[in-house]
Amino acid sequence: MSNLFYNAAPQETRVAPPRKPARTYPTGKPTQVYLFGTCVVDLFFPEAGMDAIHLLEREGIRVDFPQGQSCCGQPAYTSGYTEQAREVARAQLKLFANDWPVVVTSGSCAGMFREHYPDLFKDEPEMLAKVKHLAERTYELAEFLLHVCDVQLIDQGAPLQVALHTSCSARREMNTHLHARALLSQLAQVERVEHDHESECCGFGGTFSVRMPDISGAMVADKTQSLLASGAQQVVSADCGCLMNINGSFEKQNIPLLGQHLASFLWQRTQTKQEASV
Amino acid sequence: MNSQRIHAVDVTARNLKANARLSLKDQQLRHNMRSAMDSLISKRIISMPDEDERENLRELGNKVRARALSELPDLLELLEANLIKQGIQVHWASSTDEANAIVLKIAQTRNAKQVIKGKSMVSEEMAMNEHLTEHGIEALESDMGEYIIQLDNEKPTHIIMPAIHKNAEQVGRLFEHRLALPYTNDVDSLIQSARGILREKFFHADIGISGVNFAVAETGTLLLVENEGNGRMSTTVPPVHIAVTGIEKVVANLQDTVPLLSLLTRSALGQGITTYVNMISAPRQPGELDGPEEVHLVLLDNGRSQAFADSELRQTLNCIRCGACMNHCPVYTRIGGQAYGTVYPGPIGKIISPHLLGLENTPDHPSASSLCGACGEVCPVKIPIPALLRRLREENVKSPQQAGQVMDGQGSRYSAKERLLWKGWQYFNSQPLLYKTGTFLATRLRALTPKNLGPWTQHHSAPKPAARSLHELAKAHLEKQS
Amino acid sequence: MSARDTILARLRRSLEGTTPIADPFDATLVDEPWRYTPAERITRLKALMSAVHSEVLLTNSREWPQLLTDILAARQINTLLLAPHTVHGQAFSAHCQTTANPVQLLAYDRPIEEWKRELFDDVPASFTGTLAGIAATGTLIVQPSSAEPRLMSLVPPLHIALLNASQIYDNLYQAQQHWPKPMPSNLLLISGPSKTADIEQVLAYGAHGPKDLIVLIVEDA
Repeated sequence: MSNLFYNAAPQETRVAPPRKPARTYPTGKPTQVYLFGTCVVDLFFPEAGMDAIHLLEREGIRVDFPQGQSCCGQPAYTSGYTEQAREVARAQLKLFANDWPVVVTSGSCAGMFREHYPDLFKDEPEMLAKVKHLAERTYELAEFLLHVCDVQLIDQGAPLQVALHTSCSARREMNTHLHARALLSQLAQVERVEHDHESECCGFGGTFSVRMPDISGAMVADKTQSLLASGAQQVVSADCGCLMNINGSFEKQNIPLLGQHLASFLWQRTQTKQEASV
Repeated sequence: MNSQRIHAVDVTARNLKANARLSLKDQQLRHNMRSAMDSLISKRIISMPDEDERENLRELGNKVRARALSELPDLLELLEANLIKQGIQVHWASSTDEANAIVLKIAQTRNAKQVIKGKSMVSEEMAMNEHLTEHGIEALESDMGEYIIQLDNEKPTHIIMPAIHKNAEQVGRLFEHRLALPYTNDVDSLIQSARGILREKFFHADIGISGVNFAVAETGTLLLVENEGNGRMSTTVPPVHIAVTGIEKVVANLQDTVPLLSLLTRSALGQGITTYVNMISAPRQPGELDGPEEVHLVLLDNGRSQAFADSELRQTLNCIRCGACMNHCPVYTRIGGQAYGTVYPGPIGKIISPHLLGLENTPDHPSASSLCGACGEVCPVKIPIPALLRRLREENVKSPQQAGQVMDGQGSRYSAKERLLWKGWQYFNSQPLLYKTGTFLATRLRALTPKNLGPWTQHHSAPKPAARSLHELAKAHLEKQS
Repeated sequence: MSARDTILARLRRSLEGTTPIADPFDATLVDEPWRYTPAERITRLKALMSAVHSEVLLTNSREWPQLLTDILAARQINTLLLAPHTVHGQAFSAHCQTTANPVQLLAYDRPIEEWKRELFDDVPASFTGTLAGIAATGTLIVQPSSAEPRLMSLVPPLHIALLNASQIYDNLYQAQQHWPKPMPSNLLLISGPSKTADIEQVLAYGAHGPKDLIVLIVEDA
């Protein structure tokens, strides 16, 4: 969907970029990765970031968490403050000096790296090369666990019905819904239930939710009601922006459901007694 | 730039937020829209089951449109030359006022009193009905949906299904009140009643008006797509046919219409083809016994050449008006078409209306989207609608003094205060020490998080920062590991 | 400057220094997914047209006049608009000479202005030929002419069309390769009787054009 990587001269009429071929994954796990936690996880869902670290470490991978990281720049970018987004992006691009994969605990932020950084730096050839290299090694967590780590999850929990919500950009830019579904299906006692209009946006959209609170509010009201109607005991999502939106709405409506980050859910479901005691 | 703008509807376009608030409360509208859009979504996908076929065709559709735009002035001249050669008169209009003046002049020359219209969104853009009425000429819509909303003094809520927001009962009541017909909610009876009334109108009309789906340059052919037959009636029965269309609707040759037709009807309605595809290349010829004696084509700019000037925004003009973007839009589905206050609602409306009306008249349109991407995913000609919405947001918050003016009303949402806030945000997020200090404070002072966060807390509880940030937790954990 | 020159100049200025995109047309994309054997063409066209409320009947060059007579009789239609000088018009006229209760045949032999009221009010059915058919979409290609003018297939409530099986193309792209050149003043693709779904998406037939469409496919022609 994004219009990047096109390389027409500025005034040449644009042709849509060809369909992207399915992503190919490296064979074998790397020994070390960077974790990009994202700003929302940092401040509001830090346990999700920690659980991502646990899951990666269990795969025998060393995790580096660059302390200089902040935000991918998406809020400014989608609000039309391109310059501000670019400078924040520039700060993030300094963080990943080694050639390791970059694992991101949010599909939309991973999508920002992969799909939109090239647009931000289209006029800076040197940065563009750097950006393209980052894009190639950026993975959303679920995707990384599934396709790079080839993870085999062993469910330790009681039977549970969960509903999965996937952020729109994660779904459309990163196929995160497919990866998350595949991971959930590895959990023997977990049944994933569909909810009405599952692929529809929860209404978050970053600054959209505060610029257009009525429309956004109507969307999240429908989303929470359909999640409730699905009969799921728990909601899981790989995107904390949506989770903040959905959970905030659940709470406001006194709906006793809570959305959890996929990383936390997977870690809690698969933690052995031994791991829990450490 | 374009000094003359659409009237009649821009009054409410500026009030998108307030309009939306009203629509959201209309439960009947919400219900009607949701069920209609769900049905259109499923029809589309049933008609395009093969992903490869669909995606390859979308790519071809995109290229065909892009090619036409890449040689648009040449194609327009070729179209004009061929139409004139075949006896069709061609008129050009920079603004809707000019277009209305052209139509009125033709009508007055013919001493016309009654005009019957096939469906045409460009005529809506022109507010042609109002203009003709002001000059004592009756202008009647004949598309069933358009007829219904004209009876109710409304504007179309959808570009393909103008009255989709009404249910049969509402239409029945409308016919009862406006046409003095006995109430029924039986759709067949309602349609037959309207057919009877409109047949007489076709019979007596002095002029028929239509839109154009594709204007084929190479053969000088106006191609019109429809199901009802009112388009054929409007373009065949009256002695004069005036087609109005945007300058972007031209394609190079007939074969280009093959993928576009297939994409159009399947994306719009889930139909492999519409009941009628009407290809008009000339007025009535010597020896022919029917058809209009005069055919006119009015080519309207109205802001299109502004969109055309920028290669990114130019992609807006790929649009073939199928409406799939609205059918799939979670915002449109909830607020309906009228809340946009523009002729073109939904995602395509949000990217085209700022060019037609100026950003100053559509200041909230680019922002009224969660950028979920559903529109871009289904667009048959691959317009990157979310990317264009984002681009318009950028133009919208630019300082009006900034160089590089690309559109009217640029900077309509410029706010020095907001820009300063984002600069602060930039500074905060690009200085690691500042960022860490900030998050440290937010976590330590979490108990002080305000309960009222303005618009956010209308629909959510206030989010509370965690006790420790991931930066801190990760640092502690990873230090322990090594 | 005229609006024309202003518009063209603005467009040209915007394209300065650019090159037109090469013709991207890949015919296989609109052709290959929509190919059929001759037998499939008939079945597909019939199935698609029937699905949108048309009646499609298979017949042959000897029997179709009687079939048409039967159709009209079953519907108690005793007036039929047709073009007496076309091959099919002649054939049916001749057949009518041999039947006991012949229908009254009307010809569209005057300009519309001379008999508009009659056409609108008193003609229950019309019978026309077709240029060809399209299997992929279940479509008739109709070229109005002096003999069979534009309104013939539009105003009467019942339109009956004769289609030769050998003239059914696979798809629109292929049909286009055989279209008249230059394009006639009017060329139509017709894929069923007129319909609308403008009220609550409930499908209703007979919106403005014919309420019924009957297609006679002549298999040995």
